[in-house]
Amino acid sequence: MTWLKPSWQAVLVVLLCLIAFALGAMSKPEAAALAQPEASFDYPYLVTKGLMFGLLVIAALVSMTKLPTIVEALVLFVGAHLAAWLLITGINGFEGTALAPYFLLLAAAWLLGWRCVAVLSSLRPVANWARTALRLIIPAIFGAWILILWEAITRGAGIPFILLPPPSAIGVRIANSLPILGADVQQTIFKAVIFGYVVGSGAGFLAAIAADRVLFLRRGLLPIGNMVSALPIIGVAPIMVMWFGFGWESKAAVVIIMTFFPMLVNTVAGLTASSHMERDLMRTYASGYWQTLFKLRLPAAAPFIFNALKINSTLALIGAIVAEFFGTPVVGMGFRISTEVGRMNIDMVWAEIAVAALAGSVFYGVVALFERAVTFWHPSVRGG
Amino acid sequence: MTGTSPAVVSASKLGLTFQTNDGPVQALTDVDLTIGKGEFISFIGPSGCGKTTLLRVIADLEKPTSGMISVNGMSPEEAREKRAYGYVFQAAALFPWRTIERNVALPLEIIGLSKAEQAERIKRTLELVNLSGFEKKYPWQLSGGMQQRASIARALAFDADLLLMDEPFGALDEIVRDHLNKQLLELWDSTNKTICFVTHSIPEAVYLSTRIVVMSPRPGRVTDVIESTLPRKRPLHIRETPEFLAIAARVRDGLRAGHSYED
Repeated sequence: MTWLKPSWQAVLVVLLCLIAFALGAMSKPEAAALAQPEASFDYPYLVTKGLMFGLLVIAALVSMTKLPTIVEALVLFVGAHLAAWLLITGINGFEGTALAPYFLLLAAAWLLGWRCVAVLSSLRPVANWARTALRLIIPAIFGAWILILWEAITRGAGIPFILLPPPSAIGVRIANSLPILGADVQQTIFKAVIFGYVVGSGAGFLAAIAADRVLFLRRGLLPIGNMVSALPIIGVAPIMVMWFGFGWESKAAVVIIMTFFPMLVNTVAGLTASSHMERDLMRTYASGYWQTLFKLRLPAAAPFIFNALKINSTLALIGAIVAEFFGTPVVGMGFRISTEVGRMNIDMVWAEIAVAALAGSVFYGVVALFERAVTFWHPSVRGG
Repeated sequence: MTGTSPAVVSASKLGLTFQTNDGPVQALTDVDLTIGKGEFISFIGPSGCGKTTLLRVIADLEKPTSGMISVNGMSPEEAREKRAYGYVFQAAALFPWRTIERNVALPLEIIGLSKAEQAERIKRTLELVNLSGFEKKYPWQLSGGMQQRASIARALAFDADLLLMDEPFGALDEIVRDHLNKQLLELWDSTNKTICFVTHSIPEAVYLSTRIVVMSPRPGRVTDVIESTLPRKRPLHIRETPEFLAIAARVRDGLRAGHSYED
């Protein structure tokens, strides 16, 4: 038995396929056709049923033999994704008619995908490019399976469109609404978010330095800052709309208020991050306040400041989108979400959410990359 | 020796009392001390005897609460502002975001030297501590001994005549410590700087110093000052000679007289 290398996922796949085969019909039309052999019903998986079973079982069995890891991963990858693709394309036109074997096969394909990721995760490649590739491939397969399961379950079980549209419908909506989405991104992100983020974070930073320099500000402003940063500031959005009007300025104002205090509190904490010894050292050089600030205290505070910038990147997006719920011109991501929900265009709402998620990730990623470049010396970045 | 050269540090009736939550703590009482130019003075004693505090008073990192002290004939604060001394701490305290070269350049940037002057001094002091070739490394890429050598280079780059060293080799293993002690002596011999050196190692104090100031705790005070009879040039094996051991015994006696060996 030295050529065998069993895995519980693969064994379970074979088992699931056997149960699904024993249960018979994959969908209601197929069950009807089996019940009345003389009538000619059109039903899904007319040709591909055997192919799917064969793919899953063969991939599972092959994966349990002693193969090179990379070949095993490849077999699992092809088996899992080809079966899933056949499953999803086959249900086209027969949404909501799937029976138990459909979900069993979906589970089997998912298990193969799981095994594939597990095998890939155990790889320890030496080459840099291979490590980078693995770092990208593993989360990509992981994410793809969230979409595959979402798509297959919503379509197989026929979940109502307004509850949860399948990702393919959301994708189609995004592709067909690019000009609208682009205008919304322009209004919400490039005007309100960026402006508010830069001004709010910058003002928080300068206020922190002022508080550090001037004693009464430190004693007076900081306790208030700590308190205000705990408030749900998004509540001031309607007031900002009254003060600054329906345009992007009122949303930028909400973002400024939301990002100001995290930056203030973090920067003040960061300015005390340098050690006594380091400050004594600067003192022995008779270094002035500003020299000590720029050469010691601000570099030491950089990890704290970037922490605030990362927190603020998500806060700014939330602030701008929610603020648009309270009044806006007929453009903007928050405006689109609130009106399209009212019009039952749930796919458009999801499209906006997807775009917001993408924009937020890019925003956060850019800040994080910048952080790595600036605080390369910090143990959390250099790893040790 | 102190009578023939001008005093670099001169203290009389010096006292420092810290106010803590548990009441006042007398860190230093009635310290009378004169340090002449070119001397190598060690302060030795158990922890809590005020040896680091005394060094910090000379460096104007602490203010005395009684008595008089002058550094280069000025108050310690004026001396600090005139950059009269270089200070080496217990840990290297190198800035991790600067390369070794930029760390050594730090004091030079603060006093506003030209780039060319900076480069010249960095090169010279890194050569002095045997760190040539490590200019572009970051501190966390070097061993503890190399980091401490870089911090000595940083203090030397300053080019003050007075060097204050607070247990600079305390955290290093004995082999590295021997090596650095030897290098420090050579440096002192070739530059004729005045060095004040805090340690809790008797062999280290005897090996390095021209005078040893023995201190004891509760309250922190000077109990004995021992003149070394060792020659200026000291190979490592001088530590096995009877002369060396006699001085070490005197230091130990001084510590015992100050009740340093009692609980």
